[in-house]
Amino acid sequence: MAKILAVDDSASMRQMVSFTLKGAGYEVVEAVDGKDALQKAQAGKADLVLTDVNMPNMDGISLVKQLRSLPNYKFTPILLLTTESAPEKKQEGKSAGATGWLVKPFNPDQLLTTIKKVLG
Amino acid sequence: MSAAQRNDAEMASTVQQDTEQYLTFILAGQEYGVDILRVQEIKGWDKVTPLPNTPEYVRGVINLRGTIVPIIDLRQRFRLETISYGPTTVVIMLKVLSEAGQRIMGVVVDGVSEVYNVSANDIKAAPELGEHVDAEVVRGLATVDGKMIILVDIDKLLAESSLLAVKK
Amino acid sequence: MTFDMKQFLLTFFEESFEGLDVMESALLNLDVGAADAETINTIFRAAHSIKGGSATFGLSQVSVFTHSVETLLDEMRNGKRAVTRDNVDLLLKSVDCMREMLQAARDGGQFNADKAAAITTELEIVLGKIPGARSPSVAKSQDNTATGHGWKISLVPHADMLKTGNDPIRMFRELQGLGKLEVKLDATKLPALVDLVPEDIFISWDIVLRGDATLAQVKEVFDWVEGDCELNIVPLGVVATTELAQQDSAASAPGTLTAVPKPDDRRHADDRRASPERRGPAATADAGSIRVAIDKIDALINMVGELVITQSMLHQLGTEFDMSRLAKLQEGLGQLERNTRELQESVMRIRMLPISFAFNRFPRMVHDLSQKLNKKVELKMSGEQTELDKTVMEKIGDPLVHLVRNSIDHGVETPAARRAAGKADVGTVHLNAFHQGGNIVIEISDDGAGIDKHRIRKKGIERGLLAETDVVSDERIYELIFEPGFSTAEIVSDVSGRGVGMDVVRRNIKDLGGTVDIRTELGVGTTFTIRLPLTLAILDGQLVRVGKETYILPLTSIVESLQIKRDSVNIIAGRSEVYRLRDEYLPIVRLYRLFGQNPDSEQLEGALLVIVEGDGKRIGLLVDDLLNQQQVVIKSLESNFAKVTGISGATILGDGRVALIMDVAGLIKSSKDLPPQSGTKDWISKNATVAA
Repeated sequence: MAKILAVDDSASMRQMVSFTLKGAGYEVVEAVDGKDALQKAQAGKADLVLTDVNMPNMDGISLVKQLRSLPNYKFTPILLLTTESAPEKKQEGKSAGATGWLVKPFNPDQLLTTIKKVLG
Repeated sequence: MSAAQRNDAEMASTVQQDTEQYLTFILAGQEYGVDILRVQEIKGWDKVTPLPNTPEYVRGVINLRGTIVPIIDLRQRFRLETISYGPTTVVIMLKVLSEAGQRIMGVVVDGVSEVYNVSANDIKAAPELGEHVDAEVVRGLATVDGKMIILVDIDKLLAESSLLAVKK
Repeated sequence: MTFDMKQFLLTFFEESFEGLDVMESALLNLDVGAADAETINTIFRAAHSIKGGSATFGLSQVSVFTHSVETLLDEMRNGKRAVTRDNVDLLLKSVDCMREMLQAARDGGQFNADKAAAITTELEIVLGKIPGARSPSVAKSQDNTATGHGWKISLVPHADMLKTGNDPIRMFRELQGLGKLEVKLDATKLPALVDLVPEDIFISWDIVLRGDATLAQVKEVFDWVEGDCELNIVPLGVVATTELAQQDSAASAPGTLTAVPKPDDRRHADDRRASPERRGPAATADAGSIRVAIDKIDALINMVGELVITQSMLHQLGTEFDMSRLAKLQEGLGQLERNTRELQESVMRIRMLPISFAFNRFPRMVHDLSQKLNKKVELKMSGEQTELDKTVMEKIGDPLVHLVRNSIDHGVETPAARRAAGKADVGTVHLNAFHQGGNIVIEISDDGAGIDKHRIRKKGIERGLLAETDVVSDERIYELIFEPGFSTAEIVSDVSGRGVGMDVVRRNIKDLGGTVDIRTELGVGTTFTIRLPLTLAILDGQLVRVGKETYILPLTSIVESLQIKRDSVNIIAGRSEVYRLRDEYLPIVRLYRLFGQNPDSEQLEGALLVIVEGDGKRIGLLVDDLLNQQQVVIKSLESNFAKVTGISGATILGDGRVALIMDVAGLIKSSKDLPPQSGTKDWISKNATVAA
């Protein structure tokens, strides 16, 4: 049962992502911002991290950087949820160590396809 | 075989759809029946808190497990002679339906009689019953065991409009 | 789309409206001269969330509109655009528009599309550009040229490609889905074991993919590692045109990178879906639900736990009881009483929300109103965390609005007038809330002109509410403001209306079981004080005995109680009895007659009279005895019976008996022969004869 850490400050987005992933058989842990996510990531190893970029307390890019500095998250797939199609944001994410991204708005099917691609 | 047993036997052999069950009660020697499905419970008589600006037959209200329920004296409602309440006096809690929804109301009667099965065929229209009982509140007459039972429509009997006419 | 997004819409709407509130209050707090970066960020994030969420949940019009707002905010937070008063006002207008659009989406109504378009144009003008980058451009993928054979792909990862969590295996899996895959590994670059850095990758691959896959599809597989590797994609059967391929991957135009299907189609689908998807239920945001802090629920659970323990203890006692255990029983019952009371208080608290929800609309309102009236007003709020019942709060909203409007309109003077009076230019309106006893007290004060008692008195005489010669207390004069149609404003502004407001304000407050008072000083200011019970279902009651029965009077309606002195009683027109109390004449109501009870005595001398007030009038109620005061739970008479004149409800006393709660306002209305206005001596002396 693969475990996914879903991070977004929007409750409705979290709900949608959680519902979609759980329905496909994944275990989901939710976090409301980067700080919360970091704590939860250390409390229990996730197989994949899905995070929004714009969040209070710690944004997505910083979260990626922090996660990559943890020994057991060095190679964990981390995907950014972004609405910006501007190249700099993606580049920023990648430089921070993100595996890839998913552009908002996306529908649940797209989410599942992408997750499947990564987790197999 | 008692009347009840005979009835039950009949019940077993007849088609159920047209048959309804009625709880009968006594008022001044006359037996009346109400649809059993409308009977919530039966209690003994207990003190009541009187309400001002209401007809005489609305005796007042009681506390039924936290809900306020009005109590109506049927003898007074039918303008029969009133008697003093005693140990056999009974209050039947009924579910009354109206446009506004369901209300629980209690009616004071002399005593409770039986539960009978009455098939729709056996209910005859009521002729003029005199000055006591409004024809409007009577569903019909049924004959069970050689007795005449007046079947009452409680929704009409306890309709809100009739309960508020202030008697002066 | 196979999933049904509707279930998340409710949460989305809730959080979006909250987000709009956050935006609004942050915008109002923004110091135009020295804008705080964190505040701008907060506003940006809120707009960003709404944009993303509305797009995800199919509300494309909202998303498109919000995009321009977000862009402006983005520029502001990046320092690329100044925070000016005009920009802030434009943003406030945008927030209003977004709110309207979301409300329309939620309730199935319409929003003003022209207004939205106008605001969008304004935003675009400010942004100085044509709407661009709205959504990933429909750049058709570069090359759909499939040769029909396949592709030859050379993948040479940079040493640190794995550090982003990417794995070539996944890419191969994906490619397998696109056609027939052949992979050849090149390990020539592998260093000696001793030099090997385990986290780096030194392997490269030559891949052949046969099939109908398009270039775009193949490139997409390597989207995420673009830049972390050397990628060379060449059509099978074509000799190296490496340059082209490399250019493609380097150009990385937005169109090819999106994992999202073509935006245009999506938008059409959204619009079509957007209309039938309208939900029509709740007209108000409340729709009967409430957010409860977890700690309140935990407290409740604890209390129920204690109740269960007490119950089993009593049960135990009950099964083996004898008189020697009486003390234990009483102790247990005492505990039961405590548990139940605590549980009751706990449950009540669930319906309680901080009054900030009601206060929150005021910063904006004061801002707009003071601009409109050319006055300078500062709004101060305190005690916003004071809690009150959700329903009470909903109903107190309108009265509060009216009182605040009133303060700004009639209370606070223009800057010029203030200066002339030696006051600061900026007037203050202060909203304060706190608990007192079982009530919540809300004060609305201003440091404005105060209320002119003489003008009110004059108006009262003009209206026939008062006679020239009447001696009335100041308090009573100020209360005249609450009479219907009373307004001393020379110019009736459309803001607070023709004084139709005040009487409705008082009535609304009374309906909630509360009271409203005025304290004012000419030239200094005015304070309105609203007192409300903490919940609607509970009443502070005074128990009284009339005959054999116990009745309840709402404590808030009682003015005072006294023993009647015969010579203070007058009889009017041979029938009605009035009692002279200081400078007033109050009708005496013999409750036993109204309730059909037998009183202890019919004599007035020495009898107990309870003076009650309702709707501005006072009457005296004759009772046999004053009993205790207690909180009672109001039970409806109407649910199983009907509305009874003179009675507003019932309650169940400790002994299980039902006690009726008197409807004071109703009693006052139904008691006949009231003098036109209590207090007019002339009328009394004309009509009264002293009691024999």
